[in-house]
Amino acid sequence: MLQLRDIAHSRTGDKGNISNVSVIAYRAEDWPILVRQVTAERVRDHFGTMVRGEVLRYELPQIGALNFVMHDALGGGVTRSLALDPHGKCLSSLLLTLTIEPTHT
Amino acid sequence: MRTIRIGTGAGFSGDRIEPSVELAKHGEIDYLIFECLAERTIALAQQAKMRDPHAGFDPLLERRMRAVLSVCRDKGIRIISNMGAANPVGAAKRTVEIARELGLTGLRVAAVQGDDVLDILSPDTFHIDEENCALRDFKKQVVSANAYLGAGGIVDALIAGADVILTGRAADPSMFLAPQIFEFGWEMDDWTRLGRGTLVGHLLECGGQITGGYFADPGIKDVPDLARLGFPIAEITENGNAVITKLRGTGGCVTAATCKEQLLYEVHDPKRYIQPDVIADFSGVEITEIGPDRVAIKGGNGFQKTGSLKVSVGYVDSCVGEGQISYAGPGAVARGRLALDILHQRMELAGICCQEIRGELIGVNSVFPQAEPADDAPGEVRLRFVVRTDDLATAARIGEEVESLYLNGPAGGGGVTKSTREIVAIVSGLLPEGHLKTHFDMMEA
Repeated sequence: MLQLRDIAHSRTGDKGNISNVSVIAYRAEDWPILVRQVTAERVRDHFGTMVRGEVLRYELPQIGALNFVMHDALGGGVTRSLALDPHGKCLSSLLLTLTIEPTHT
Repeated sequence: MRTIRIGTGAGFSGDRIEPSVELAKHGEIDYLIFECLAERTIALAQQAKMRDPHAGFDPLLERRMRAVLSVCRDKGIRIISNMGAANPVGAAKRTVEIARELGLTGLRVAAVQGDDVLDILSPDTFHIDEENCALRDFKKQVVSANAYLGAGGIVDALIAGADVILTGRAADPSMFLAPQIFEFGWEMDDWTRLGRGTLVGHLLECGGQITGGYFADPGIKDVPDLARLGFPIAEITENGNAVITKLRGTGGCVTAATCKEQLLYEVHDPKRYIQPDVIADFSGVEITEIGPDRVAIKGGNGFQKTGSLKVSVGYVDSCVGEGQISYAGPGAVARGRLALDILHQRMELAGICCQEIRGELIGVNSVFPQAEPADDAPGEVRLRFVVRTDDLATAARIGEEVESLYLNGPAGGGGVTKSTREIVAIVSGLLPEGHLKTHFDMMEA
């Protein structure tokens, strides 16, 4: 079993109460693993109660990246959240703990 | 094909100053752009201006200008920045004063205005998206309303010969798009090129975040010399494609990976990156390493703009009180949890009116609320108890309750800190761009 961190890197951005997290394959050959295993449902489950709204996934195959857009995810928004990390900057590192099954494609 | 070089002088209001000086001196750049306005900065700046009409622009403006104005004048580098915040005219006046002190006679400074729409928003037709209501029905004290301006006003000031252009709220990428439109003579409906220029602006707007900042993860993603991180330069050709690079000898790195992370930073649907000037399409972007610290960016696109501008409305939302205390040694997590239980009970027993409560242990679950401590629980934790209240007097009671844990709480609590703050928050809506007029004032040193 791998961690997502072994095959991908990630960065979080924020707009209002919406967080977006990119997941980018280090190697092009791992891109299909991301597409198959890092689904919007798994991301939503992973963050649990932190993310209250829908999670959308966008695919950018030419750079081997997924972009997750998580609604109602920042405690009411960056400007009013009570969280220690109101921007959700730490979310990318948390997402990289997702487990990945190494598969051949 | 003709090429221009744009450098980023700052990616946020508190950014380092030396990298901008290095870029001005050695970057052979044509434009130096400082992005210094966060989502709510302008609302706070508006409050500062209400207290003092000469205030309301970026507090670091003076230091930044003193650091780069002379060298930029020598080398013919034009400066664009949103450091005007709530007071672009005040920022321009101050810049002119500094230029005179530095002997830069004749330096032309423009203040682009029109973003402050507080007085023109219609209470009935302006719709607040987050609350799904008309402005009239938004029962909060509104302190500011600023539209995200596009590139047009900056382009006008460039045509008029401004050496330094200061704006209030402008879309971050538009500050970078404007010199491309001006230099290459792009039409304002050339959506493909506007999309590409916006892409370059988006990649540059956070400064060091594309040159290895916000990227390092030791052992996995190593970045050299972050203490001397170099800020980015884009070499842009007339067709809007670009190479991202940085000054040789500075810290950091420009790689395909750093560019990919920044490409998606604060982006939702990559096919529809909605900006005042264009809907940029990042979905077909190709990112290729072509040399050490040189990455080629191609394949940006764009579609017709929406015709509406996003407006950020600042309002007084609530007050917040916070207290923290540390526990260490065996049983630290259990003592921290006991203290949290006590605090929750105290809110009721002491009759403190709370809109929202957040209690957590830093080191255990402050970032990820459902996290559980591992078997090797941390040897120290810091309790953080934070409450949203109606007023500051109530907020002050939160820190008092945490402080009272010294004598009334679990064993060994230490290092209490307490604070209160008033929260100015932001909601947003859309305004047809025809409802406002952008203009600039030109001043000369």
